[in-house]
Amino acid sequence: MKEAVQNLLDTASSEVSGLGDDPKALDQARVKFLGRKGELAQLFKELGRVPEQERREAGRILNEAKAKLEAIFSDALEDSRKLAAGKREPIDVTVPGRVPRRGRLHPITQVALEITRIFNWLGFETVEGPEIELDYYNFEALNIPKDHPAREMQDTFYISEDVVLRTHTSPIQIRTMEKRRPPIRVIAPGRTYRCDSDVTHTPMFHQVEGLMVGKGVSFGDLKGVLTTFVHQMFGPDVGLRFRPSFFPFTEPSAEVDIQCVMCRGQGCRVCSQTGWLEILGSGMVDPEVYKYVGYDPEEVTGFAFGMGIERIAMLKFGIDDLRLFFENDLRFLNHF
Amino acid sequence: MQMHVGSRHGETRPAGKREVNSLITLTGIQMLISLNWLGEYVNCPLTPQELGDRLTMAGLELEALWHRYPYLKNVITVRIETVEPHPNADRLSICSVSNGSKMYKVVCGAPNVRNGEIAPLATEGAELPGGNVCEAVVRGESSEGMLCSEKELGLGDDQSGIWVLPADTPVGVSLDTALGIDDMLMGIGITPNRGDCLSMIGIAREVAATCGKSVKYPATYVEETGPPIEESTSVTIDDPEGCPRYSARLIRGVKIGPSPDWLKSRVEAVGMRSINNIVDVTNFIMIELGQPLHAFDFNRLRENRIVVRKAAAGEKFTTLDGAERDLPEGAVMICDGVGPVAIGGIMGGLNSEISPDTVDVLIESAYFQPNSIRKTSRRLGLKTESSYRFERGTDPEGVIRALDRAAMLMRDVAGGEVAAGSIDVYPTPHTAPVLTLRVDSVNSFLGTSLTGPEMRKILESIEMRVDQIDDEGKNLRVVPPSFRGDITREVDLAEEVARLAGYDSIPVTSPMAVNESAPLDPHQKARRDLKRMLAGAGFFEVINYSFISQEGIKKLGFPESDPLLETIRVMNPLSDEQSVMRTSLMPGLLQNARYNFDRRNENVWIFELSKVFLPRKGELLANEPHHVAGLVAGARSGQLIYSSGDEVDYTDVKGIVESILGFFRIEGARFRAEELPPWLDPYSSASVYIGAERVGELGRAHQEVEEAFDLRRPVFLFRLDFDRLFALSGPSQFFEGLPKFPAVVRDMALIAAQNLPVEEPLDYISSLNEPLLESVEIFDIFRSEQLGDKKSVGYRLTYRAADRSLTDEEINTVHERMVKKVVEKFGVSLR
Repeated sequence: MKEAVQNLLDTASSEVSGLGDDPKALDQARVKFLGRKGELAQLFKELGRVPEQERREAGRILNEAKAKLEAIFSDALEDSRKLAAGKREPIDVTVPGRVPRRGRLHPITQVALEITRIFNWLGFETVEGPEIELDYYNFEALNIPKDHPAREMQDTFYISEDVVLRTHTSPIQIRTMEKRRPPIRVIAPGRTYRCDSDVTHTPMFHQVEGLMVGKGVSFGDLKGVLTTFVHQMFGPDVGLRFRPSFFPFTEPSAEVDIQCVMCRGQGCRVCSQTGWLEILGSGMVDPEVYKYVGYDPEEVTGFAFGMGIERIAMLKFGIDDLRLFFENDLRFLNHF
Repeated sequence: MQMHVGSRHGETRPAGKREVNSLITLTGIQMLISLNWLGEYVNCPLTPQELGDRLTMAGLELEALWHRYPYLKNVITVRIETVEPHPNADRLSICSVSNGSKMYKVVCGAPNVRNGEIAPLATEGAELPGGNVCEAVVRGESSEGMLCSEKELGLGDDQSGIWVLPADTPVGVSLDTALGIDDMLMGIGITPNRGDCLSMIGIAREVAATCGKSVKYPATYVEETGPPIEESTSVTIDDPEGCPRYSARLIRGVKIGPSPDWLKSRVEAVGMRSINNIVDVTNFIMIELGQPLHAFDFNRLRENRIVVRKAAAGEKFTTLDGAERDLPEGAVMICDGVGPVAIGGIMGGLNSEISPDTVDVLIESAYFQPNSIRKTSRRLGLKTESSYRFERGTDPEGVIRALDRAAMLMRDVAGGEVAAGSIDVYPTPHTAPVLTLRVDSVNSFLGTSLTGPEMRKILESIEMRVDQIDDEGKNLRVVPPSFRGDITREVDLAEEVARLAGYDSIPVTSPMAVNESAPLDPHQKARRDLKRMLAGAGFFEVINYSFISQEGIKKLGFPESDPLLETIRVMNPLSDEQSVMRTSLMPGLLQNARYNFDRRNENVWIFELSKVFLPRKGELLANEPHHVAGLVAGARSGQLIYSSGDEVDYTDVKGIVESILGFFRIEGARFRAEELPPWLDPYSSASVYIGAERVGELGRAHQEVEEAFDLRRPVFLFRLDFDRLFALSGPSQFFEGLPKFPAVVRDMALIAAQNLPVEEPLDYISSLNEPLLESVEIFDIFRSEQLGDKKSVGYRLTYRAADRSLTDEEINTVHERMVKKVVEKFGVSLR
């Protein structure tokens, strides 16, 4: 038995050493010696015929042989892997990666989504309305009577005498208040239109309107909501100020300026040396407006605000020409 | 004009240029304020910048601040000490001039340089209107500056020689100080509700309120030396609605001439041209008090009287700018005994204007109804300093002060005798509203905690009359001054309190007890998510104008009768290119492709998800459904190395349409080359059906469309009715666990006719409802010469049982049965 074992080990060693880095041959050899029907197994089978008193010793020898054989093969496997590795050519890792095609959302969409996300989080529901709008909703119910300068032909695109392309998203305020009772908290993004076209005006642009109406809503609340918005949108360190202004459908009215994002309020060309940039208009809903929707201004109060999405996008991304948004040059779209 | 309509355009808009982003665009007005002039009415200890900031935060926005003559900083007064001829030029002389402590050597070409005279010297660095001054060598002699004429300094028209200043002019000071014209100007944005601020006095009142000072109103003492005015003229108002008040004074024997320097300087400071002493006084008072006036040549008023009436239909009138105008019916006309002499509140007439020979002047000071002026001004297309002010509401009670001030100043600057008394036709005097301010209610509205006395103090600072009417001071009775026609309600008082207390002083509060977030509704969410999916799939989102040209839709090849040619028209488009509301997203996408091809962006993968506008019979408003459409062109890969020869084709647009359908969990959509729109190539395009409903189309653009849009490479298009897909979208399914037993796969390869749609055997196999069949998929389509007019199509069928492992025998029987049925059904052979 001892001899047979030694023979087996020798044969295995010599056979393995001639296999080089062929993993398949190595595996076959392994089966030949260590497999279920392999040569070592044959010797184990013979164990039964070994006299009782020697059987224990023979078993020990066979087990030892098994361990040795396993070592031979694992060493050989390691050697063959090293050998194979030494022969391989490395790839050129600087070859261009195969990048999956990807596009991007238009920067206006990105900014609109960000604005609505912030207000959704503040509990403002997103609502929408028609772009071809009744004069009544676009002007009259917003306390902009027939002879108001904002209604002159050069500002508004008319479809017919009573129908316009909405000049702002504010008509959605009226439509929402007509449909619902307070408390109301809505945000309304969308396309708007005015007859104006130059570096700072395009005949179509985007706005987001907001409205909150309920019991005891105050000007302080307006400041609170818009301050939270500005800090979410432009960062918690950006200063802002509320400046008295005028809109026909709010009283009091306020424009919101933020510290210039280019110069951090130091004064530069973008902010005309003032350190401030106007980003939105706002105010407490004028009691006149409530008359059109049948609310009692003694019972409820509220505020409204509106901002231009292009303007926010220009400030956020440092874009200086409004027209770029609608040329849809892929090099521009790919930038954001 | 001292008012600028609108504002200068910067590249990005600085604070306060109220345009697109405001809640609404209002016609913005900038009021120019001379700080020198303003100083006559209020004494404010602040620097100009501080004052501007203070006004801005009170609602009068400082839009610009500048020196009146910034370039005069480097122009000083000098005495000419010696004048010697230039050695190399006959007409030039060399002067030594002194600023009192230093001598300058100056070469001068003017004929009037003389010893001892005082003149302005532009020193090195002065940026004069005509160019910059720097040290120079003139004909071999160096010159340290330039002695200037009025014209060279932009201060007059005289260019005959150097400007010889009066002998008592101090030497060695800057010229603007010497002339008393060192001044700063403010451009202040005035919102349309604040017509009362379109004057020096109006701004002074705000300055006084914000600085805690009081306003000094100008003197109005009139020395009346003539006979009573009623003996000479009369005023009749036939249109008291359009003109509620008309007052007049008469001065006889004036001498028309240039204005004195102080008057000229004032009107020029705010950008107006000095005309003559009488006209300048009217302009001066308009700027000072905000009350536009008109001066008539009294002797050119026929019958020497004034009648105010409405214009009749078809009436014509020549205004003093020489234009003959068709008067809008109902316009308020100022007439003499025969016919019109002025368009009330807007512009005077050529027939009665002040001329150099005018000797008797009738001064008009009136109040016109704002809406009437606005309407007339708009219809005439004529906006003037006067119409702006009347449109925004002047002070009906300020009429007489302005009239008297005018008479006083005209007598001062043009002589003459002022007739005794004035005419004042004022049938229904102004009644001030009496308002109640509830302190608690205003505090809760604003979020402030001001006391009654604090609010009272604020309101009184802007000349409101306040009586405290109950003991606790909880209610104030407030009477606004007559110049504040915008204040009619408690909420208007609340605004005054808020702006003067300062918006910054109002504490920030949060109305949210809990941050309950509001999610997007399913339609909004689907739009957002589909856009994101398409961007992830390689498409760039474009945004095109909603209006296009009718021609743009026609270029898609629709026949005349096609409903998509029935567009909604814009009545007043900016151009033909933007004249109809789009009924299709395609023209926009095709233009985008052209635009990008022209810029060498060859691989174009774009989409738009937005509204189209379809008219609805008998309805004012349109149907505005959402469509999603896209265009692909160029290579499949965006990378050069992986893109060669791998151009997009029909399968790319079909694939994206299928993945959109997958997004909506819509199954069983059909692609058929039927009912194709004219903009698609009939041989490589399909319509998409869900059940019997057609929901979109896709394929290669028709060659004629590619030509019409100047596209130099093929483009593939898709369009889907987003709203319909949203309505048809399937519900999300509950998860039923992964299969527990293995699947068995069997293939069948068919040799079929070229024209057999590969989908038909697929659908047929599915329709057999074999319970063990889990799925079937095409794995190969193969054509070769050997196959001739046939093609080989490989289908892979996957079988699985939910409750056991399938045996080969079991599946072989099922699969053979399937193969047999397919072969019989389509008459194909097996490969």
